[in-house]
Amino acid sequence: MKQPGLTRNQVAWRIARDIPEGAFVNLGIGQPVLVANFVPAEREVVFHSENGILGMGPEPPEHAEDEDLINAGKQPVTLLPGASLCHQADSFAMIRGGHLDLCVLGAFQVAANGDLANWSTGAAGAVPGVGGAMDLAVGAKAVYAMTDHCTRRGEPKIVERVTYPLTGRGAVDRIYTDLAVIDVTPAGLAVREIVAGLDLADLQERTGAPIAPADRLGVLEAPAL
Amino acid sequence: MIDKRVADIAEAVADIPDGATVAVGGFGEAGSPTELIHALIDRGARGLTVIANNAGNGHVGLAALLEQGRVARMICTYPRSSHSEVFEAVYRAGEVALEVVPQGTLAERLRAAGAGLGGFYTPTSVGTPLADGKETRAIGGRDYVLEYPLHADFALIKAERADRWGNLTYRLAARNFGPLMCMAAAATIVQAREIVELGGIDPETVVTPGIFVDRVVGVPDPISERAAILRGDRYP
Repeated sequence: MKQPGLTRNQVAWRIARDIPEGAFVNLGIGQPVLVANFVPAEREVVFHSENGILGMGPEPPEHAEDEDLINAGKQPVTLLPGASLCHQADSFAMIRGGHLDLCVLGAFQVAANGDLANWSTGAAGAVPGVGGAMDLAVGAKAVYAMTDHCTRRGEPKIVERVTYPLTGRGAVDRIYTDLAVIDVTPAGLAVREIVAGLDLADLQERTGAPIAPADRLGVLEAPAL
Repeated sequence: MIDKRVADIAEAVADIPDGATVAVGGFGEAGSPTELIHALIDRGARGLTVIANNAGNGHVGLAALLEQGRVARMICTYPRSSHSEVFEAVYRAGEVALEVVPQGTLAERLRAAGAGLGGFYTPTSVGTPLADGKETRAIGGRDYVLEYPLHADFALIKAERADRWGNLTYRLAARNFGPLMCMAAAATIVQAREIVELGGIDPETVVTPGIFVDRVVGVPDPISERAAILRGDRYP
């Protein structure tokens, strides 16, 4: 029997539904960049890239790439009408100064108190690198984590306390996984949606910290993508 | 007459000594001053401290400087990438020390140096390993980490257009660290695709005012690092 759970594109689609009209949004490197593909065309959302772009557009057609126009993941991008360019201090003032409405970040671990670990596994011999992760974690008005619910080995990525090196304290406001949408609240983790085929007890088994239903518990679903 | 133009790229970097701290512009290949770095390799300075966002790709530019054993210490935000095998090799061999700095903190430390500030408090990195040993202070109920200015002896910067006073414009997202590093260095050396007459840059569009620039050298057809990496080019 097929395991319940959304694909990464479906999770990206689900996150895109929650991005409001007029929002300024930074999408982290990796899975979160998929979110841009699913924002409804009629909704005006401005994407920020920390290397100094506001109003970033999609990947250009092949052979139209410009090496001076790349995103934070160093992939070729385009500028939309209304875009602007800035240097790194201004770009990070937008981030740290609380001017971005939303940032979607990948995660190694998210703790019940919103602590985020996403920059280093702390493995001996690994080459460390942080980029803008710590600035994004503390700066945006809201931080959503987009992550698989469990690792490939089946270990929970939502935990009581992060064991990997910390990126930001209490950074995450909401977690979107292949199995659930969970709010980080002062009272603990509140489950807003669970994928069909799992109940709260099943989800608790796959989660390393206590969860409780939010006021309204819905079904996490997305169209085939 | 103020004339910051230098005819020859070798002359532009001729006084960079062993042990200098050199800020190198660019984010990935966007804005990388590849020709200036190659001139620095030819110049032969060793034991350098390099400040840059990344740590080079392929075997050209900053990666070549590292491969030639000229760098003792890297201060950067994100040394890994899909073509960063040179840095990974020299780092694992213990040939280069690494200080990892959050990207916004690196930018602001450079800006603080250029702006004459003694430091600043940032919420970034509070409680993380990158704040270990640093002063933390609560301001208005929020915790901040004290960070100090980051000065460079030299900056190597790629611009799109320059004039003889050193006024600069950049191209697209190649601007990145350029304006900040120009401010933070004692001597800023710029390679520009085009050098125009004084007045040839609309004052409204100058991004880096010439006061922050010391030398300008024309490189009309700069190397594309992306193409060089795809071809497998090596320098020298």
